[in-house]
Amino acid sequence: MSEITPAEWTAILLSLRVAVIATLVATPFGIALAWLLARRDFWGKSMIDALVHLPLVLPPVVTGYLLLLTFGRRGLVGGFLADYLGIVFAFRWTGAALACGIMSFPLLVRPMRLSIEAIDRRLEQAAETLGAAPWKVFATVTLPLALPGVLAGMVLGFAKAIGEFGATITFVSNIPGETQTISSAIYSLIQTPDGDAAAGRLVIISIILALGALIAAEWFARRATARLHGN
Amino acid sequence: MLRVDVEKKLGEFSLEASFTSEGRVTGLFGASGSGKTSLVNMIAGLLRPDRGTIAIDGDVVDDTAAGIHVPTYRRRIGYVFQDARLFPHLNVAQNLDYGRRMNGLAADPAQQKRIVDLLDIGALLDRRPGKLSGGERQRVALGRALLAKPRLLLLDEPLGALDEARKLEILPYLVRLRDEANVPMVYVSHDVAELRQLATQIVMLKQGKVTSFGGVKVLA
Repeated sequence: MSEITPAEWTAILLSLRVAVIATLVATPFGIALAWLLARRDFWGKSMIDALVHLPLVLPPVVTGYLLLLTFGRRGLVGGFLADYLGIVFAFRWTGAALACGIMSFPLLVRPMRLSIEAIDRRLEQAAETLGAAPWKVFATVTLPLALPGVLAGMVLGFAKAIGEFGATITFVSNIPGETQTISSAIYSLIQTPDGDAAAGRLVIISIILALGALIAAEWFARRATARLHGN
Repeated sequence: MLRVDVEKKLGEFSLEASFTSEGRVTGLFGASGSGKTSLVNMIAGLLRPDRGTIAIDGDVVDDTAAGIHVPTYRRRIGYVFQDARLFPHLNVAQNLDYGRRMNGLAADPAQQKRIVDLLDIGALLDRRPGKLSGGERQRVALGRALLAKPRLLLLDEPLGALDEARKLEILPYLVRLRDEANVPMVYVSHDVAELRQLATQIVMLKQGKVTSFGGVKVLA
């Protein structure tokens, strides 16, 4: 198989940038939400839970279209952000990151939530009897014990973000160098005559990235178990 | 000094307890289900009474009429649970240091050494809780609670999860603590022999009510 061309590199690097930013921005929200869902009972909890999982079951093109309506230049939020803060999502790589972040959010939150649920609450009580205020309990007991789950969620979210296609192409289109990720590059290549070799190279790279992420997530999950058993 | 006068309903069970204890070790005695742990959890602030007051050293930590409920982390108590509850992600030394860090207390190497020697846990400092025996874990939990410099130490059946041989291993340490550590204790147990050795005052609980209160002889 021949060399990876500069155009392909552009798509690969863009995909990585989009997925990294999407994951890093989504992580604090993911941790906060995972904690809320795992540890608090409040009105509308099942509604929020359903809303988070919606991108998983909704056709991605619907999510992308809704993003376009909301965050497009004439959208309610998008117009405000563009006019007052100068932040534009439509047809920019930032929009791709937003689409990927939302599409990968359910996968990112789930392992975080499970790992927080698995923590023995009696340990948090013990911390409190030793003088730790609630936020210190979170920082010194809950978060460290949940860390492998948090990392697993980040890895899974990253893997999903790097492969996202439907919502991204609907929301920010398929502009080489700006919004053309690996997925949309493959899509373009297989519609081009003689694009097979290039598409094949990107397919292999996708498989490697996805497999790597799954193996990493599995490894973190095993670390989590060991950590909870104090080894 | 510990002053308790509380009522609490927990489902079908109702707890009514009133006593004042000046003793160094107040033994809370009763069968399982008599409400001992609920009572201790109320003193710790983990459980909120429906009605009543709790005062530690004259400092009111619960007063339902006045709407006072000091959260657990500000009560300056130590709590040793039946299941040591050491932090699995920290080694023994870090577990011991946890309370000092959380309370923002200055490092006190002399006190640290005294407690470590008293409990014979110097050889365990680098280990993780997962690598300790049940008895060792309980000694570390005792040290961890004491090093937070509590004004009252609560012990809820600290020997309950240990076999007979391990109990005999820990009991002398508890006696030493009572005589040397200078922290008043509330010691929960359903074991008469244990309380005879340790307690200076007894609160006897039966089905959520205090049935007798006094010296160790009420155990007879």
